[in-house]
Amino acid sequence: MSAAAPGSGPAPGERALRAALFRYVLRLGDTSLVLGQRLGEWIGHAPALEEDLALANLALDLIGQARLLLTYAGEIEAEGRDEDALAYLRDAPEFLNLTLAEQPNGDFAHTIVRQWLLDAWQLEVYEALSASADTRLAAIAAKAQKETRYHYRFSSGWLIRLGDGTAESRGRTQQALDSLWRFTEELFSADEVDERVIAAGIAPAPGPAAERWRQQTDRDLRAATLPRPSAQPHPWYGKRGVHTEHLGHLLAEMQHLQRTYPGVHW
Amino acid sequence: MSAETTATDWPLFEVFIRSRSGLEHKHVGSVHAADARMAIEHARDVYTRRQEGVSIWVARSADIVASDPAEADALFEPARDKVYRHPTFYAIPDEVKNL
Repeated sequence: MSAAAPGSGPAPGERALRAALFRYVLRLGDTSLVLGQRLGEWIGHAPALEEDLALANLALDLIGQARLLLTYAGEIEAEGRDEDALAYLRDAPEFLNLTLAEQPNGDFAHTIVRQWLLDAWQLEVYEALSASADTRLAAIAAKAQKETRYHYRFSSGWLIRLGDGTAESRGRTQQALDSLWRFTEELFSADEVDERVIAAGIAPAPGPAAERWRQQTDRDLRAATLPRPSAQPHPWYGKRGVHTEHLGHLLAEMQHLQRTYPGVHW
Repeated sequence: MSAETTATDWPLFEVFIRSRSGLEHKHVGSVHAADARMAIEHARDVYTRRQEGVSIWVARSADIVASDPAEADALFEPARDKVYRHPTFYAIPDEVKNL
């Protein structure tokens, strides 16, 4: 693309939009990929066989979303990177997932709270994106939306059971909520990448979605008899490539095989 | 799996799946779950991962009344020598499926 003769390449505005769209789609794809990888760590360790399968099913849905989104991101970038190159051959600072997605599993309550916060976020994002001006993104979002509805049914159901459950389950859930709440500010914060794709009608404005997310999570917390954390969330910048130390360890495990045996197939 | 979190605390539910519209629900197995809603979710996650179904029924295993194996002779033996009860003496039209 950069080798195009002067005047024949895309206009500067068009180029800037493509660059923003690449990063926007990567953010969505990386968030799904990292969260899916985290859920996969539960396989063989969940509290019951049925929950083991449920978490694995969620993980596979999320990795499926990541495949579609990373493939699309690679096509937007047009530098020959496919889904595998993007998933396995980037280092932590090049990953643009939300910081919340990379947080460790902790106990089951911790995993459920993380999942529920992100499911409620994905519900808003995918619903809005299914009407995007970008038809490819709209099609991916329409498929992901159905999956996310089930994920949310699962995670909100567990949040309510655990919060409104025994003293122990309630205590653990409150603790998880208090520890993960600080990452929620990033969900609906918009930077220049977001502004550009919003202006192009590709992504939704964050304001109304954030408000619906707040109302929905409030309803769930009331049903779970849990108080909403009062602490103000901090700004985090995972979607700009600035991560907590946990992402590097996750990637080391996820990328180990491709890094050790490049291009390996079996 | 610590002792207080094993699924054995949860009652057993029998799972019935309808593979597609028009067919009957068939027993496919069982799941442990705390209540009916969770049983539906567990049945979905365990038994419909490969597009096996379009509808799920669950019923508490404890609510199912079963025949007594000791009475099998009395219940089922008498049917053995009555082959004329099979509808094999009729030609089945080609249009009839799923019979």
